[in-house]
Order: sequence, then C-alpha cells, then structure tokens
Amino acid sequence: MGGLLLIAPGLIWLERRLLAVWQDRYGPNRAGPLGVLVVLADTLKLFFKEDWIPPFADKKVFVLAPAIVVITVLMSFVIVPFSPGFIVVDLNIGLLFFLAMSSMGAYSIILGGWASNNKYSLLGAMRGAAQMISYEVFMGLSLMGVVLITGSFSLHDIVEAQRNMWFVVPQFLGFVIFLIAGIAETHRLPFDIPEAESELIAGFHSEYSGMKFGMFFVGEYIGIMLISCMVTCLFFGGWLGPAFLPPIVWFVLKMFAFIALFILLRASLPRPRYDQLMEFGWKILLPLSLLNVMITAGIILWNENPL
Amino acid sequence: MAFYIASIIAILATVMVITRYNMIHALLYLVVSFLAVAVIFFMLGAPFVAALEVIIYAGAIVVLIIFVIMMLNMKEESVEQERKWFSKNIWIGPGILALVLLGELVYILVTSERVLLNNAVVDSKAVGMSLYGPYIIGVELCGLLLMAGIVGAYHLGRQRRKVIHRFLEKTEE
Repeated sequence: MGGLLLIAPGLIWLERRLLAVWQDRYGPNRAGPLGVLVVLADTLKLFFKEDWIPPFADKKVFVLAPAIVVITVLMSFVIVPFSPGFIVVDLNIGLLFFLAMSSMGAYSIILGGWASNNKYSLLGAMRGAAQMISYEVFMGLSLMGVVLITGSFSLHDIVEAQRNMWFVVPQFLGFVIFLIAGIAETHRLPFDIPEAESELIAGFHSEYSGMKFGMFFVGEYIGIMLISCMVTCLFFGGWLGPAFLPPIVWFVLKMFAFIALFILLRASLPRPRYDQLMEFGWKILLPLSLLNVMITAGIILWNENPL
Repeated sequence: MAFYIASIIAILATVMVITRYNMIHALLYLVVSFLAVAVIFFMLGAPFVAALEVIIYAGAIVVLIIFVIMMLNMKEESVEQERKWFSKNIWIGPGILALVLLGELVYILVTSERVLLNNAVVDSKAVGMSLYGPYIIGVELCGLLLMAGIVGAYHLGRQRRKVIHRFLEKTEE
C-alpha cells in the first residue's frame, strides 16, 4: 500500500511529462534527472501550505471527506491480483467489493462539496454525485459479461480464465463501456465535470488547501491506477503473458499502458457539457451494456445446451 | 466477538441517526449503520448480500437522500427547528412503550432455544437459484413496481422541447 502512495506522485510527474510531449513542450525538466524531483518539490509545497478550514464550513465533515477518497481507493487494491501469489486477499466476491468501494468513494465528493458551504463546491458536488451514481450502474453491468463467462466474482479466477483468450475479444463492448465508466468514476478529463476549472473554479475542492487538497489529488491518481489495474485484470489477462518476462512485469507494463491512455485522453479530448454526459450515459451506455449482458448470457446458454 | 462489535456499532450508529439534529450528520451515521450490518452479513456467511448492502444501500440510496437534502439547502434554522421538535415530552411516551416491547423481545430471545449458526457460505449462485426458484413471484412483483416507477418518473420528467428561432418559434410535442 505504501508503494502505491509512492507511485502516485510519480504519476503526476509522468503525466506532466507526457502531456508536454503530446503538446510539443518540454514540461518540468529542471529539478533532478528529467525533472523527477519536481514531484518532491510539489509534495513539500503541499505539506507546508497553510491548512485552512473555512470558518463557515462544517468542520468534522470537511476533515472527513478527503480521507474517504483515499481510504476507499486503497481498500479496493486489496482484491487486485498483481501476480499469482501477490494478492492481499482473494475474496470470492472480489469484483463486488471493488464496486462497493467505488460507490463509497462518491461520498468524498458529496461531503467535501457540501461541507465547504460554497455555492461552486455545492454545484460541483451535485454534478459529481449524479455522475458517479449513474456511471456506477453501467460499470457494474459492463462487468457482468466477464463474470458470466468466468462464473466467478473472484479476480484470480477471472485472470485464470483468460489463459486461452483475453476477454477483450469476446467482451469488446463491455471493455469499452467499462473504460468510459472508469474515466467517469475517477472524474478525469474529459469527464472532470465536478471540478471543471473554467466553470466551477475547482468544483468540490475549491475550499480545500494544503494536504487536504493533496488527499483529493493523490486519491485521483490512485484511482487512475486502480481503474488501469482493473482493466488489465478483467480484459487484458492480468499477469498472463509470454514467459520471457516475470508475471508482475507483464502486469505493470499493461497497467502503465492504460495509465498512458488516460493521460492521452486528457491531452486530446474536450470536456462535454454536463447534460450531454448524463444523456450519453443513460441513453447510449445503459442500453448497450444491457444488450451486452443479454447477448453474452444467450450465447453461454446456447453453448451449454444447443436445443 | 467480531459479530458483537459490529452489532454494537450498528445499534449505536442507528441511535445516533435518530438523535442528531443535523440531517447530513444523521445520514452519515446511517451509512455507518449500513456498513456494520454488511459486516454482520459477511460474518454470517452471506458475502453476496453484504456486498449488495454496501453497493445499493450505503452507496446509492443514501447518496440520493443526501443529494435531495443538499438541494433543500438546510441551514442553522432547520437544525434549530429539529431541536425544538425533538423535545422531551414528545419522545418520552413512545420511548417507554418501545422499551416495553424491547424487554419482551429480549425475554423471548433469552428463553427460546438456541440455534447454532452453521457458517456455510451462501455464494451468488445459490442466491440466484433461490430468487428465480421459490421466490420468483417476489422478483416479478419487484420488477413490475420498478417498471411503474420508471414510467412515472419519465412522465414527470418529460418536457416539451422549445425551439427558439427568429422566424419560427414553436413548441414540439
């Protein structure tokens, strides 16, 4: 777990460098080799900033909110199988545990925005809550195809079931929907509507400063890692790969490929309007994911007893 | 042991839900109560129900309630009003009656014969088999109820789209 907290700031550096590459700039390149130490400087700055709680805020809830996001995301990592023996606990409801934790993560946005007692924060919190609740639905449904094929909620079993073929082939629709829902769950660009700097200043965390803001920030980056891990496990065969590299290396390679995809999306796509986002979710993704579940179940039933 | 800790947390949290004056704080305690109940389910060998409890009750339903309360924008006045409503002579009568009932319940629980819990884990397949086997009528009725809800919500939320244009202004049906 500590390792994850160390990788998160590294990701911030990676993101800034990659964005710079894709936008024809240099990015941070002064402090240390290739500018790696800029992360250290950022973290030190966050730690030494004044930790200010607004007098009009609801103090207890205000302090609680940033902790929730980091706790829920870190808890989700418990069920991720990094390589055959490298997993904290192999729950038989692993996938449901992940969904439960991601639904608890919505509280950090709502409570943070509400406790700030600021109209922009409240607007951001409301958008965030609506977005997270609705995208959770498709997220869960898009995974059901994988669960149907494997016959188990355990992530270890799901990875093992992909020995012959990665699930991205039979479950391509599920993969696309899960990726979109995952971006919306971590409220990354292009779906960062709860924080939309240009409209809502910073949305739900505009009153936060110092390490409390840092928690939201780190939570977001660990969230990206979590979604990348889940995509790797569920659709791209987890640690499976040709034998010339150890399993954990395959896992990390695939994970970083998806993290780079997340960053590329941020670099290239504009932010949709809020109602467009909700409309896209409920009118396109929901029917598609239901269709995906129905067709997958139908094919499995057909294969078991073809008339 | 863990069972008793979770149960005590659930009971304490539920008491806090009733006694808080601030709505959001009460709802947060409600979330804690749901989480404790989920832990109890998990220990009694129903991990599937535990996960659903967290996803649906703690994750979705309470979020929606908080959503509505955020929209209502409750401020200090409403906390004051809650405090006024929650005066002693209002809750003491129902409280005594409920205590009598609680005493009866405890008496029944103590005197009845003990059933040892068999911690057989009920997996999701077993849940599905019983839902679509003996309880199929309940599932169908829930489906009908939800369908009615969706149709009602669609009817309430429907709005005629207004096309604003310099020359042709009309309301689409």
